Amino acid sequence: MTTATATGTRLLELDEVGKSYGNVHALRGVNISVSPGEVTCVLGDNGAGKSTLIKIIAGLHQHTEGVVRMDGEEIRFNSPREAQAKGIATVYQDLALAPLMSVWRNFFLGNEMKKGFGLDIDAMKRISGEELQKMGIVIPDLDRPVGALSGGQRQCIAIARAIYFGARVVILDEPTAALGVKQSGVVLKYVTKMRDSGLGVIFITHNPHHAYMVGNHFVILKLGRLVLDAHRDEITLDQLTAEMAGGQELAELSHELRASEADGTADAAAADAVEAEVDHSLFQRGHGATSVEEHKE
Amino acid sequence: MSTASTATASDDRVRTRSAASTFFGMPAVGALIGAAVLVALFLAVAPAFRSVGNIGTILYSASTIGIMAVFVALLMIGGEFDLSTGVAVTTAGLTAAHSAWYFNLNVWVGVLISLLFALAIGAFNGWLLHVTKLPSFLVTLGTYFVFWGANLAMTRIVTGGVSSNSISDMEGFNSAHAVFASEFSIGSVNIKIPIIYWILLTVAVSYLLLRTKYGNWILAAGGDSAAARAVGVPVVATKIALFMGTGFAAWLLGMHTLFEYNTLQSGTGPGYEFIYIIAAVIGGCLLTGGYGSIVGASIGALIYGMAVLGISYAGWDVDWLRTFLGVMLIAAVLINNYVRKRADA
Repeated sequence: MTTATATGTRLLELDEVGKSYGNVHALRGVNISVSPGEVTCVLGDNGAGKSTLIKIIAGLHQHTEGVVRMDGEEIRFNSPREAQAKGIATVYQDLALAPLMSVWRNFFLGNEMKKGFGLDIDAMKRISGEELQKMGIVIPDLDRPVGALSGGQRQCIAIARAIYFGARVVILDEPTAALGVKQSGVVLKYVTKMRDSGLGVIFITHNPHHAYMVGNHFVILKLGRLVLDAHRDEITLDQLTAEMAGGQELAELSHELRASEADGTADAAAADAVEAEVDHSLFQRGHGATSVEEHKE
Repeated sequence: MSTASTATASDDRVRTRSAASTFFGMPAVGALIGAAVLVALFLAVAPAFRSVGNIGTILYSASTIGIMAVFVALLMIGGEFDLSTGVAVTTAGLTAAHSAWYFNLNVWVGVLISLLFALAIGAFNGWLLHVTKLPSFLVTLGTYFVFWGANLAMTRIVTGGVSSNSISDMEGFNSAHAVFASEFSIGSVNIKIPIIYWILLTVAVSYLLLRTKYGNWILAAGGDSAAARAVGVPVVATKIALFMGTGFAAWLLGMHTLFEYNTLQSGTGPGYEFIYIIAAVIGGCLLTGGYGSIVGASIGALIYGMAVLGISYAGWDVDWLRTFLGVMLIAAVLINNYVRKRADA
């Protein structure tokens, strides 16, 4: 591994981490480290295990193999609340915003400000307005339900919320996937801002161009395994893109192998495993909004 | 979306909504309009409705629905249903009556046992929901029938009949009666104590929903439970607490019924769960959760109280009450939807 970077100290470290659902191994032997002031990009095609990986770091799922360390100390999160308490903030693909609740209620959800017995509503409205304005997002009425806002605005609320609540590690789950070119630019600008302010950023994406623009370190996941782990100096955009494309070919190949009636039982079993995994992950992606619920403990 | 420069001061960007738009954007607006129409209607056609003395009767009828409707609304905003509420009221009353009478205890001990049991039923509903992952509609339909049957069977075992034995001569009855079923007069208006509890609970629960972090958690748990959990809201605990809330309301209503009449019929209760839900929905609660109003649910209960008495004061056949409630339900929901769309535009 090439983790010896100038910044030195590792904020978060995953050592041979794996996760299985029953007999499906969604993730196997993954080594990743995140340092302050660095963007670690996790790339991979649909079903590569990216979502499983971030859910482990965010505390939504528990890993079944390996060790997760934070500041060199072994940790295991039993709930998202525990992960947050350690300074890990996650901006999910589905953004984890309640659509019928107002902007300020969503912004402070789980971190409400109190005044006496009740909520300090004025302060919460003021701060959420200010924080969004810092990102260049102007929402005229903070009492508006989040569901009435655009995708880019929602993305920014989720990012602003993660930054405001003192995160040390920010996980961004495909923040640009649903955005237009201009809005993606705003988000990428924010990724570099977070990096420059000393946060450790994990940027999940399947777009190598976006990753290469902001990343210091690149990791490619394929069918639940790490297939590439390279620092920025060691790889070009073309190589990164080529590595990404290889994954799709492999999946197609295993389908073909299976169709042309593999003779060895080992081959058939391997193809089965691959297919099961792809199916499982596709399911997860297809039902992005409900998948968190599905696996709720 | 806008990516305008951040140089502009914040104040001139934050446009406040007009007062009218804010008013019509409230979840309870359909219920308010419905209540106003109903008052006008009955004032016109029912002479007895105009008598000040009847205000107490109407409020009392509303309070027996409203105490529960407040908690049912909170639960629905939290994204869940409870069909066992009607039966739970009777179960709570019978538990107090039977335990006090059978073991010859101070009535207050029975009241306390009943409270613990009612809260346990609520917690059990919430726990079962969490463990089975079934819809709360199904889980509480199950407990509804379990307790409906248990009410009848246990009463048969303890008393050999269909009603609990009178506990009016037992120790502690008078003080418990004073707490749960006393009444007083303001001028010509007779106020029964549940009215006071109803109003206090409406204020307290409404404050809980809108002005505390627990309210924020309830709104989020109902609006998108996965999102709520992801940002650290203890969704399971929140929902179990909500079911315990309906358990508490069942206990309070059960105690009132018990001390008002000294005995309870074991077959009563079924049917009321829908009236609580109707009150909550008229008050603006969405069936899908995440949105609604506690004050609205109380206005829904008031609509029920006015309808029950208004229909009989007007000299109409009381058999039409349920038809009337059904029409009110659909009309209020349509008004809610229409008004909300207009207010958002």
